[in-house]
Parts: sequence; structure tokens; C-alpha cells
Amino acid sequence: MTDSDPIDPALREEALESLLLERGLVDTATIETFIRTYETAVGPMNGAKVVAKAWTEPAYKERLLADGTAAIAELGFKGPQGEHMVVLENTPSVHNIVVCTLCSCYPWPVLGLPPSWYKDPAYRSRVVREPRAVLAEWGTEIGPEVDVRVHDSSSEVRYLVLPERPPGTESLSAEQLAGLVTRDAMVGVTRVPAP
Amino acid sequence: MTSPTLALDVDGPAAPPRSNGELVFAEPWQGRAFGLTMALVDRGAISYPEFRERLIGRIACWEQAHPEGKDFSYYLCWLEALEQELAEQRLVVAGDLAARSAAFAVRPAGHDHEHEHGDGLGEDRDHGHL
Repeated sequence: MTDSDPIDPALREEALESLLLERGLVDTATIETFIRTYETAVGPMNGAKVVAKAWTEPAYKERLLADGTAAIAELGFKGPQGEHMVVLENTPSVHNIVVCTLCSCYPWPVLGLPPSWYKDPAYRSRVVREPRAVLAEWGTEIGPEVDVRVHDSSSEVRYLVLPERPPGTESLSAEQLAGLVTRDAMVGVTRVPAP
Repeated sequence: MTSPTLALDVDGPAAPPRSNGELVFAEPWQGRAFGLTMALVDRGAISYPEFRERLIGRIACWEQAHPEGKDFSYYLCWLEALEQELAEQRLVVAGDLAARSAAFAVRPAGHDHEHEHGDGLGEDRDHGHL
């Protein structure tokens, strides 16, 4: 197949699937379980729970930063693309942002499948060259005193950003805090907004 | 499969905020291509790291040369990478895929009405094809 192949990708996928089914290499139930799992059950709400727990339990935060994979697994979140998790803490002096320059590596168990902008060639190339400009386009102003660190997921490692807890949330429960945490903040393109 | 299956939290405080809202798959075939790949990986028929290398290659090819005005299609790169991997592993050679695609292309209109307008999971898609 080539880029100029006129065959509709939906048709090609269906043809490929039918051949694999005939050959006993896949079964429909497994395919559909994967689709349903990533469409509905695995998504940024998982990462939000991890972040909220880290904000409210200092001992958990310490474990999370020391061994992201193990601490995330404590909440039951594990699976493909989450085998080697590193958690990056944003602070008043450091802002972390994540990209995959070569493709679309992303921490599926905590964030689900990546959004289209994360896979887009423009984001993947620009965030490395001019992270502050990209952040500004997201409405995220970063002062010159803050160290912006770009992390490329193009290896076995998958990153999750631990955003700063917004001010004025001292009285909120972990569950309420999880409701504030956005996917984009856990990739590092935005901050978590104050309620 | 090893993926976690968790209760969907759609209304509670831990539900993804609206700004996170985006269809995971823009078209049903994209979800099928994803599910198909993961099912093959889960079974050990193909290796994810090898697949990923091919995906990187397809994305790089597109970035180096693509038809003017054509938007980047991540899942088209994904599908091409899967096709390449399966051909390389001799699990589905290009000729077989071309023949099956050609056979499907000449099916009478309306054959796939159910999955085109159904729930997107295509439960009826294989009727008559096996």
C-alpha cells in the first residue's frame, strides 16, 4: 500500500480484519474489548485520581515520584504503554511538558489514548523548538524565571505531569480535586485552573 | 488482555472535564484498526515495539512528502504500519489484502448498512464474508 493508494482505509481495515479472523489470528470479542476499554473505561479520569491522591497524601506523592509505575499500579491502573511510568512534578520554578517527537507514545493507563493535537506533526516538532510559544498558545503564561523542561517519550518511558495544586483548594476532598484535573494539565500544556 | 477494565465515571467529580472531550476515534475504522492491532499484540502474533518502529516510519514518510492540502491522518499511518508488519511476518501478504479489498469494494450498496449506521462496533460486518 502506498500513500496514493485509492482504497478507502475503512475497506482496507475490514479486509485485513476478515483475513486475520479467517486465519484464526484474532477474534472479534478481543478486538471489541480493546476498543470499548479505550473508548470508555481508560482515560484522563484515571490520571486525575493519581494527581489528587498525590496532592492530598504526601507519602503517596513521595512514592509516585520515586517509582511512578508502582504507585500508579496501587490504584489499579496498569497495562499497555504504562510499564515504565515517570512522574514529573511541576513546581513554581519548574514546568514540565511532554511530547513524543517520533510518533505518539503516551501513558495509556492514566490518560487513555492521545488526543489528535498530541499526534499532530506541528505540536510534535514545535514544542521542542519553542515550548514557551506553544504554551502561550494554550493560554499558559510561564515567567522567565521558570525552567521549562520538554520530555520526549520516544523510548520505553511514558511520562505523567503532576501539576501544581491550584490555590484555594485546601478544603477540597481528593474526589473533588480529581474533578479539577484536566488531561491537558497532565501533559503539561496547561495548569489546573482554580475552582 | 491485560488492560484494566474500570467502572466508567461519567458524572462524578472524577469524570473527565468537558475540555477533555474528544472522540477517541473519529471514524469507526480507526477504532477497528486500533483494536485489531492490540488484539494481535495481546496474542503475541506481532510485537508492539516492532509495530511502533513501523508506525514511526510511516509518520516520518508522511512528514517528508505528502499530497498538498492533505491533512495528516494518524490512523492511516497506523493502518499502513500494521499492513507492513503483517506482510513482513508473512501473516497477511500484500496480494491477499489487495484481493480481499478488491472483492469488498465491489459488494452491492447497502451491504454494510448496519455497521455504517449502527453503534460503530460493526457487529454485523463479517456476515457473509467468512
